[in-house]
Formats: sequence, structure tokens, C-alpha cells
Amino acid sequence: MNGKSTIFKQLAKAAFAIAAATALLIPTTTKAGGNSDEPFDAGAMIMHHVLDAHEIHIVGDFGIYLPVILLDDGIVVFSSNDLYHGVEKTITIDGKEENYFSANGYSFMHEHVYKGETLTTEMVEGESHITNGHPLDFSITKNVVGMLLGGLLLILIMTQVAKGYKKNEGKAPNGIQNLIEPFVLFVRDEVAKPSIGHKYAYYMPYLLTVFFFIWIGNLIGLIPFLGGINFTGNIAVTLVLATFTFIITSYRANSGYWKHIVSPPGVPAALLPIMLPIEIIGVFSKPIVLMLRLFANITAGHIILLAFTSLIFIFAETYGAAGGLGVSVVSVAFSIFMTFLELLVAFLQAYVFTLLSALYFGMATEEAHH
Amino acid sequence: MEIVTPSLGLVFWTTLTFLLVLVILRKAAWKPILASLKEREEKIQDALDSAEKAKEEMAKLQASNEELLKEARSERDAMLRDARDMRDKIVNEAKDKAQEEADKLLANAKENIRNDKNAAIAELKNQVGVLAIEIAEKVLKEQLSNDDKQKALVDRLMDDVSLN
Repeated sequence: MNGKSTIFKQLAKAAFAIAAATALLIPTTTKAGGNSDEPFDAGAMIMHHVLDAHEIHIVGDFGIYLPVILLDDGIVVFSSNDLYHGVEKTITIDGKEENYFSANGYSFMHEHVYKGETLTTEMVEGESHITNGHPLDFSITKNVVGMLLGGLLLILIMTQVAKGYKKNEGKAPNGIQNLIEPFVLFVRDEVAKPSIGHKYAYYMPYLLTVFFFIWIGNLIGLIPFLGGINFTGNIAVTLVLATFTFIITSYRANSGYWKHIVSPPGVPAALLPIMLPIEIIGVFSKPIVLMLRLFANITAGHIILLAFTSLIFIFAETYGAAGGLGVSVVSVAFSIFMTFLELLVAFLQAYVFTLLSALYFGMATEEAHH
Repeated sequence: MEIVTPSLGLVFWTTLTFLLVLVILRKAAWKPILASLKEREEKIQDALDSAEKAKEEMAKLQASNEELLKEARSERDAMLRDARDMRDKIVNEAKDKAQEEADKLLANAKENIRNDKNAAIAELKNQVGVLAIEIAEKVLKEQLSNDDKQKALVDRLMDDVSLN
């Protein structure tokens, strides 16, 4: 009881400190929603938060600038501050004026880095295309930061848990062990064992890592004022995770699995020309579905939360401050509800990804029994 | 559709980060944690098994105790029955023997009594004989005490003889 209350007190203190620091750092001249002379564009704001960025945008003009790493005839490294506050230029694309910044020999528009300090366009089939090429962008973006943070947290927590097992050998688990152990057992007994069977032990490290990695990623994405770090809702991240599952599935698959694809049992030879492409599509559709499900679920959650917040500003613009205030009651209520739902989804999607991975592993290593 | 276009940089960093996290956690966390969990489960299972075994043994012991008790009880009963039989036998034997002895004593006594009676009768007969002779002697002595009487007797005797 005592330990718990001190943790809460510390958390409250930390939260207060962060709030106070943020309040002090917000420049008083800036307003939420960017330039006050432009109308509020909810779609652009939501996309800005959901997509990756080269800075962690906290509030107003305050953010953390991250290193830009480009592979362009050698490695080029500089702070994204240069790009965000480079020479401001405009370019007309499809009749629409767009702002971009240039610095250090590169141009920067909508979080994309282009070669050259001046952007040029050409018309291709009636559409404007930017002719400048892209350098390979290996920047530490906000999602990379979030991912590193998540990984670091995981390593810290799990090594602590492992230490607990060494320390409490032959004794009841305590502290953080009690928090993590049910989930480890859950992955082992409810996910791995029923899906894979007796060979489950080989896959346990991967399943546990993927489960906790996705879960902590989803949770980090729910922390406000982190500039919308959203790496489990980014298709690149889910692509890599799904690819890992695909590689392990294919690498560990037994001959029965491949035989099933080349000649499914009980299928007449005449149907094979139809079945073979279907089976081959099936092999790839599994990881693709895995990739899309996680990406879509997490991104959708973020979009809904941001949309509820955007409603306040849209109503405020249309009906004045009173309209915004009125809607804010509903928006906040729904946001709270959605946040709780997202907490559930955060766990659920981690579970689903792990379960489906385990099922695919199980299918690929199933012993023939027909 | 920028949202569904994976960026190369993030793919690279995700691969690197995830692999690092996987390798580190595998060695530093999952292996010891899973091993400890398994060990603990086995320990608990062992404890449960041994408890079950102890219970079974207890039941077995109790059953054998009961068996022993039953045996002892039946043995006691048998012993009691034997003792009762023995007692009855001894008593009966003693009774028989006593009867026999008594009969023998009685027979002896009767014999003795008969012998004594016969002896007494014989003695009495002798005594009576002696007494009779003595009385006859005395009577004779009395009757033949004087010559007259002797003469009378001889006369009477002579009379008898002449008659014949």
C-alpha cells in the first residue's frame, strides 16, 4: 500500500512538473492550429499528426528537432531545425501555392526532403510533378525516437523482471514481476501453446518481443503531447513486423506446408491451375493482412481522437467561441471514451498480431495427419 | 496516398531496433523468465504430486491399520473362544473325575460296611454259640447238681430209649 501511494505521488509530481515546464515554454504569441490567418484545416492537422515527422512537435512552435540523416553521396547529418527554419520559398503545384524550406543544399516540403535548394516542376499527363530527386532519408524521425524509447523501456522493464526471477528464486514473485508475468504466461499458454503445439518454445522469444513491442508502441502512441508518435500505426513499421513473421513462417515451414501449396490435398488435377495462384496469393496475403490490420486499427484510433478534437475548432470557426465551447463538452467526453477504448485496442491489436503470427507458425509446422 | 507508402528510413530503423530488442530481450529476459516459470511450475507440480502420493500412502496405511485391527479382533475372539472351551473342558473333566472318585469311595464304603456287617454277624454268631454253650453248661450244671436230678434225667432218657 505504502509503495503504491508513493508511486502515485511521484507520478503526480512528475506530471505537474511536465505541465509546468510546458506552460513556461509555450511562447505566448503562438496559437493552436498554426497560422491564425489561415482557416483551420482538420484533414491536414490530422495527417500531420498521424504521419511521420522530422521533429517531435509538442505545443505551438515548441518542439524537439531531430537529426536528419541523408544518404546522398556519403552520409549527411544536420538538425531538422535547419529545414524547419530554412529559407522559405513557394512553388506552384497544380495551380496551388505551396511553401517549402531550403537549407544545406536540400529542400523540405511536407516532411519530404528533396535534392537541391530550389524545387522545379514539370507537367506529366496534366499533373505537376516535382523533378527534384530524393536523397535516401535515414533520419531519426519522431517514430524512430518513439520506437527507440519503446525498445529501451522494454529492455529496462524486462531485464528488471528477469532479475526479479533470479533474486526471488524459489520464492513468490513480487513487484514488476507480478505485472509482467501474467502477460508472459498469457502469450505462452493462450497464444503459443494452442496455436503451435509442442514446438512452441522456439517461437516464444519472437512472440513475446512482438507482443510487448506492439503493445508498448500502441501505448506510447496514446501519450498526449508527444507530437503524435505513432509508430505501430505506421505502415513501414507494421510492414517490417509482418515481414519478420513471414520470414520465420517460411523459414521454419516443413515440407507438408509447401506440398499443401503446390498440390492441395483433395483437389482434382484439372483445378490445379486455378488453385496454385490462389494458394500462392494466400502465402503472401497472410502477412499483408497482418501488416494492414495493425496499421489501420492504430491509425484509425488516432484519426478518431484527433477528429474529436478538431470538431471543437471547426465549430469555433463556424459558430464562434460559444459553438466551440459547446461542442468541446461532447468532444472531450467522446475523447475520454475513445482513449479508454484505444487502451483496450492497444492490447487487443498486440494480442491479435501475436496470435495470428503464432497461428501461421503453427500452420507451417503442422505435422501431416491425413 | 502517403499514409500507405512505407518510408525506407523507417523500415531500416524498425528492422534495426526490432532485431536489437529481440536479440537483447531473448538473451537477457525471455530465456531466464521462461526458464524460471517452467522451473516453478515443475516445482509446484512436484509438490502436488508428492502431496497426492502422501495422501494415497496415508489411505493405504489406514487401510492396513484397519486390516490389522480386524485381524487382532478376530484373533482375540478366537483366543477367548479357545479359553472358554478349555475352561469348560477342564471343568467337565474335573467333574467327571470327582464323580468317579466319589463313586469309587461310595463303593468302597459299601464294601467295607458289608464286610464289617458280615464280620459282625459272624462274631455275633460265635458269641451266641459260646453264650448258648455257656448257658447250656450252666443249665446242665444246675440240673445235674444233685444226684436226684441226675437220676430223674437218666430215667427220662431211659424212657425215651425204651420207647424206640
